[in-house]
Amino acid sequence: MQFFFEVLIGGLLSGVLYALVALGFVLIYKASGVFNFAQGAMVFFAALTFVGFLEILPGWTGWEEGGRAVFWLAFVLSLAAMVVLAIATEKFVLRPLVNQPPITLFMATIGLTFLVEGIAQGIWGANVRGLNLGIADVPIEYMMDNFNILISSFDVFAAAVAAVLVAALALFFQYTRIGRALRAVADDHQAALSIGIPLRHIWVIVWAVAGFVALVAGMIWGARNGVQFALTFTALKALPVLILGGFTSVPGAIVGGLIIGASEKLAEVYVGPFVGGGIESWFPYILALGFLLFRPEGLFGEKHIDRV
Amino acid sequence: MAREIGDVILKMEGISLSFGGVKALTNISFDVREHEIRSIIGPNGAGKSSMLNVINGVYHPQEGQVTFRGEVRRDMEPHKAAKQGIARTFQNIALFKGMSVIDNIMTGRNLKMKCNVFHHALHWGKARAEEIEHRKKVEEVIDFLEIQNIRKTPVGRLPYGLQKRVELGRALAAEPSMMLLDEPMAGMNVEEKQDMCRFILDVNDQFGTTIVLIEHDMGVVMDISDRVVVLDYGKKIGDGEPDEVKNNPDVIAAYLGTSH
Amino acid sequence: MLYREAGQFKASYEADQQIFPILQDRIGVLLLIGFFALAVPLFADQYWLKAILIPVLIFSLAAIGLNILTGYAGQLSLGSAAFMAVGAFGAYNFMLRIDGMPFLVAILLGGLCAALVGVMFGLPSLRIKGFYLAVATLAAQFFIVWALVKIEWFSNYSSSGVITAQEIEILGFAFDGPQSKYLLTLFVVVVMALLAKNMVRSTTGRSWMAVRDMDVAAEVIGIRLMRTKLTAFAVSSFYCGVAGALYAYTYIGTVEPEGFNLDLSFKILFMIIIGGVGSIMGSFLGAAFIVLLPIALDVFVPMLLGDLVSSSFVSNLQLIVFGGLIVFFLIVEPHGLARLWQIGKEKLRLWPFPH
Repeated sequence: MQFFFEVLIGGLLSGVLYALVALGFVLIYKASGVFNFAQGAMVFFAALTFVGFLEILPGWTGWEEGGRAVFWLAFVLSLAAMVVLAIATEKFVLRPLVNQPPITLFMATIGLTFLVEGIAQGIWGANVRGLNLGIADVPIEYMMDNFNILISSFDVFAAAVAAVLVAALALFFQYTRIGRALRAVADDHQAALSIGIPLRHIWVIVWAVAGFVALVAGMIWGARNGVQFALTFTALKALPVLILGGFTSVPGAIVGGLIIGASEKLAEVYVGPFVGGGIESWFPYILALGFLLFRPEGLFGEKHIDRV
Repeated sequence: MAREIGDVILKMEGISLSFGGVKALTNISFDVREHEIRSIIGPNGAGKSSMLNVINGVYHPQEGQVTFRGEVRRDMEPHKAAKQGIARTFQNIALFKGMSVIDNIMTGRNLKMKCNVFHHALHWGKARAEEIEHRKKVEEVIDFLEIQNIRKTPVGRLPYGLQKRVELGRALAAEPSMMLLDEPMAGMNVEEKQDMCRFILDVNDQFGTTIVLIEHDMGVVMDISDRVVVLDYGKKIGDGEPDEVKNNPDVIAAYLGTSH
Repeated sequence: MLYREAGQFKASYEADQQIFPILQDRIGVLLLIGFFALAVPLFADQYWLKAILIPVLIFSLAAIGLNILTGYAGQLSLGSAAFMAVGAFGAYNFMLRIDGMPFLVAILLGGLCAALVGVMFGLPSLRIKGFYLAVATLAAQFFIVWALVKIEWFSNYSSSGVITAQEIEILGFAFDGPQSKYLLTLFVVVVMALLAKNMVRSTTGRSWMAVRDMDVAAEVIGIRLMRTKLTAFAVSSFYCGVAGALYAYTYIGTVEPEGFNLDLSFKILFMIIIGGVGSIMGSFLGAAFIVLLPIALDVFVPMLLGDLVSSSFVSNLQLIVFGGLIVFFLIVEPHGLARLWQIGKEKLRLWPFPH
């Protein structure tokens, strides 16, 4: 039973990371109606940029390697890079393709994926890099002593960061002027334009916010598994999360992420051995597919009525 | 007149339809007789298009029943309606934008074509003969609608009025016994309207096709219809011959907005 | 001057409905086929045959497959490579397990296996569309590759699922050199491309396009959505499957399931975007472009920049160029090279008097 809980909790915590990536998808989908396949590439780009700055900044500034100042400067610079990426994406991809069918925009973001991956590796190289955020990856003693369950402090930290991020985004959307504008745009582009909401600014902002989410996800993930190209594949797991949660729902992304994370780990441990293992690669997709057949709009998505 | 109005072939009884909490149609009953031109009128949002969508199975009503040629049913799959000879045009033109005029009208004949994908791949003998036979029929429709010169143009490039005509052509190509026309004259100028009127009357007259028509132009409706149903806010407020309906106080109120 | 249809009056619908209605097009296609069937094997060297012409042909076939599903029937798929894998492993097993199995029958049966699997993964398309369906096809991509690795029977119990294609022999003649393999590939691809062209210009193709352009209207005129979509999945997967079998037998020789990964699926998608969505001709143009581009980059970039560049730089440059081109084509010419080709032809028709 302890083992079951360990697997479950481990799965839920990795689900938190899927949820973070899915959150980036949802933000962009809500505000611009674009299914951004490049979200995974953005996670990779952000993480690689952050690690890259961590490496070169001490040389440039003479500051202490691994110090706080370097960390925060790298964070700010990476964030700036994500903003630049958002501006460039709006200018060179979204704006020229405005009013095109959604599927065209989707394919464009597949192109963007390759572009972003190529640029990231072109600048920083393709080596696998470690990333140390200074958070200990050790079992929490309290849980060990009282429940005999092994939970890493790092995973708990990651979950906490995700929770704070989600809460902050929810507040941002609910209570700021930009947040209201974003929701208006998500509701109806034309109407939002007609009351004077600058669509382009909104897009840049939302892509930048998605970039920020990608940066956080990339840092946590990179610290756990190393910053490497494989990050982009792990990020693909966010797709079944979206199907479970619905494309437009922030809580859906969170719950979907947790379900996918937990079920894939449980399936790997309890079903995997009977079929040769490695089922994590496809299990989330099949799960999402089965789910789709019963509830095409996702857990929290809105039901769509075709009007003719 | 060459045609003679026959028996009732379509009977709608107690139809109610709602989307979520919104009631689109409430307890509506009316019938359509063979060979007649039956119009459905009413202000915007009255539920006219929903009514057509119930008739050919795009929407499924929560209550009521539909009787078509003696067969009683609660709801319908659209392709079954097509099989039974009900064709349809849409308010916001539903042509296949990536295809030419000929191809669009050819799709209207899909139910009459029997070859399968293997025949098509070889395009030999049977498939070829079938294709040519149906092309002839399609050319007849094209001649009838006087659109010979645009037959190979992709429909996306055509002006609005011509698109409406092509859509009528696609419906006609199926040689339907009943056609549901959703605002075939919306957004047209006077000449285009006259042409469209003529086509509708000709179809009705020459082929005996029963026509259920939604139209906002009262002049046209009162001129060409045999009988008219009036809907308002999803409820039926009038039914009868044009003159009768014209003088119905509820109808006048709905259009002039004196009540509510 | 030469490209004119003046004077070619169609006296019957039969004449108007030929596969290539314009005389010059018919001659052009025949010349093209003649050139690639007769002249190319005489003059092309081994490298061209093995590294360029054969893969271009095979990828053209896969691109036609994806184009049928995505370009004509409007169902986006990100799993083409997996269906290629099914075709390759299917053909391999038929050759392996049935004595005297003729090669051409084996690759067709391989394609048939792919079609069956394609229909299975196409079933969700009845409930879902667009992005959701794209994600569903990713399920096929990952699941199929996993199954081919883990179920060792498929690869005859070799390690990590590697298979080595058997020798090809048809009617006692051994297809062992690049020339004969090229001709065999050319034959299969040309025949299947013509069949595809026939399908898309008949009722089958019109139904696909109707479902793509407006599914509600298609249903209302009596087109069965289920049958139409599943036919598209079956035919598309069949084409991908045969392409996969050829990939194993006439191109690579030794393949593993991991070779048919998501990257390959994307490559095929890129071929149809760049070549032309909804065009058989475009499938060939796109395949040629995507096969030739990396080779061109490999050759020309070091030539231009000298020793400054490492090989990893070139591979990153490849990613950037691919990605950039996709975005560029979607913005500038969403119908791809095929449309440019068509515009060129129309200009030629009017030349030298453009008005």
